[in-house]
Amino acid sequence: MGVFAWVAWYAFRRHTAYPLASLAEAVTNTVFGFLRAYVLTALWAARPHLGGYDATDAVTFTFLTQALIGPVQIFGGLELSRRIRTGDVAIDLYRPAGLQAWWLADDLGRAAGSLVLRGGLPLAAGFLAFDLRAPGPAGLAACVPSFALAIVTGFALRYLVALGAFWLHDDRGLASVALVLSLFLSGMIVPLVVFPGPAGDVARALPWSALVQVPAEVFLGKRTGAGLASALAFQAAWAAALLAAGALATRRARRRLVIHGG
Amino acid sequence: MGDAARAYALLAWTWTRAAAQYPVSLALLAAGAAAVTALDVAGIAMLFAHAPRIAGFTAPEVLLLYGTSSLSFTVSDVLLGTSETLGERIRAGDFDVMLVRPVSPLVQIATEEFSPRRFGKLVPAAVVLAYALPRLHTHWTPGRIAMLPLMVAAGTALFCGIWVLTAALQFVLVDGQGATKAFTYGGAFLTQYPMTMFARDFVRGVTFVVPLAFVNWQPALYVLDRPDPLGLPAAARFTSPAVAALVCAAAAAAWRAGLRRHRSTGS
Repeated sequence: MGVFAWVAWYAFRRHTAYPLASLAEAVTNTVFGFLRAYVLTALWAARPHLGGYDATDAVTFTFLTQALIGPVQIFGGLELSRRIRTGDVAIDLYRPAGLQAWWLADDLGRAAGSLVLRGGLPLAAGFLAFDLRAPGPAGLAACVPSFALAIVTGFALRYLVALGAFWLHDDRGLASVALVLSLFLSGMIVPLVVFPGPAGDVARALPWSALVQVPAEVFLGKRTGAGLASALAFQAAWAAALLAAGALATRRARRRLVIHGG
Repeated sequence: MGDAARAYALLAWTWTRAAAQYPVSLALLAAGAAAVTALDVAGIAMLFAHAPRIAGFTAPEVLLLYGTSSLSFTVSDVLLGTSETLGERIRAGDFDVMLVRPVSPLVQIATEEFSPRRFGKLVPAAVVLAYALPRLHTHWTPGRIAMLPLMVAAGTALFCGIWVLTAALQFVLVDGQGATKAFTYGGAFLTQYPMTMFARDFVRGVTFVVPLAFVNWQPALYVLDRPDPLGLPAAARFTSPAVAALVCAAAAAAWRAGLRRHRSTGS
């Protein structure tokens, strides 16, 4: 196994080491799934077929977004930013392996662990309590690349935020701006189809929609054939562009690096 | 009690002064906290952009619920919110350090890293209330006006009780912090919306088991002069302070029991 596969494997092991803590998080995700599902059901009772969704779509969307919170890490954060603040990043940069690829591998391992421990409960509870829309085998197959691209796009965004610490020394301000953007523009608070007119179009074109809205549409079967191809291409384009920006920022950051003390 | 309050004020002030060493960072973090809280308002605005009434309630009525819930929750969060880290501190051994100091461990954990930035969350709540109150079609009587500060105070006490109760749970479930958020942050989210949105059995649960309906829903029924979907007697609308007192008493008992049971961790 190559070094990055080992990094991912150890990250997976680390993030599945406390399964009870992860399951506890999943319980909260599930409760929020119910709360948000009731709220959206009330809206869809007043406006059936809003944005081309029916009530079943809206409820399914809600539970799916709760299942994705962990894997996509919508609330932000990357261990790397702490290491930049403390100077431990010097050790990371000393390794004969790219900084971005290393942390991407680490994050993929984390996301896989999170998908296993935190993805199942909200969806299972949603299916038991409500009549959710389940994708067929072809739909499930389409979800695999879409969810993977959502995770990679989420990482690319968080990596850029973390690198901000090289310039700002304190990444918390940047992180809170990033949190607001990712919560609202991903479709976590309300699905992007509820956004009125042009605001919805703008939100749909931004990278955050690749985190939740687009994979959810693939899951709901709203994107098939050419629509599916364009959805995946949209996610892949943002993932590639943000990773490239991250690579560029990494090169710049190497020259910025100041290790305090020592 | 007086000693505890004095210790709390002293420790909170110490942390506030520490945070004020970086004024720009503090201001930005407060603005960030306000923005994240305001997202829920934006969500409510999005919902009402599509329908004038949802589950029988208008936008100003829902915003009254949002404002009162958010005000109560934020004050309780500032006062006791960091107690949610108890499980983590037990695991790391930090909590044992607190036990040897001559100050109540609850006061210590509640003031640990006390940050005034959380006051930023009061801004959206205050703005929303200033917007919603004049737009309510309510016949304002002295009783209804007096109910507003009373419901915020009772709601704050109730949320404070829930913070301590969920912290006490972590004496038993050290890994359970993730799930206790369902009661604290989940309760804050739930009480922003009218209970007519939720399933009947669910509303019974948050009325009789975890009495979140008394944070603002029951008093708001009195302020808005609405029938109770569960058909509780009208007197229930005035019981929030009593319910809050009960929850706080239960929380105090649970905290003491948890503290007695605490055996530290590790070898």
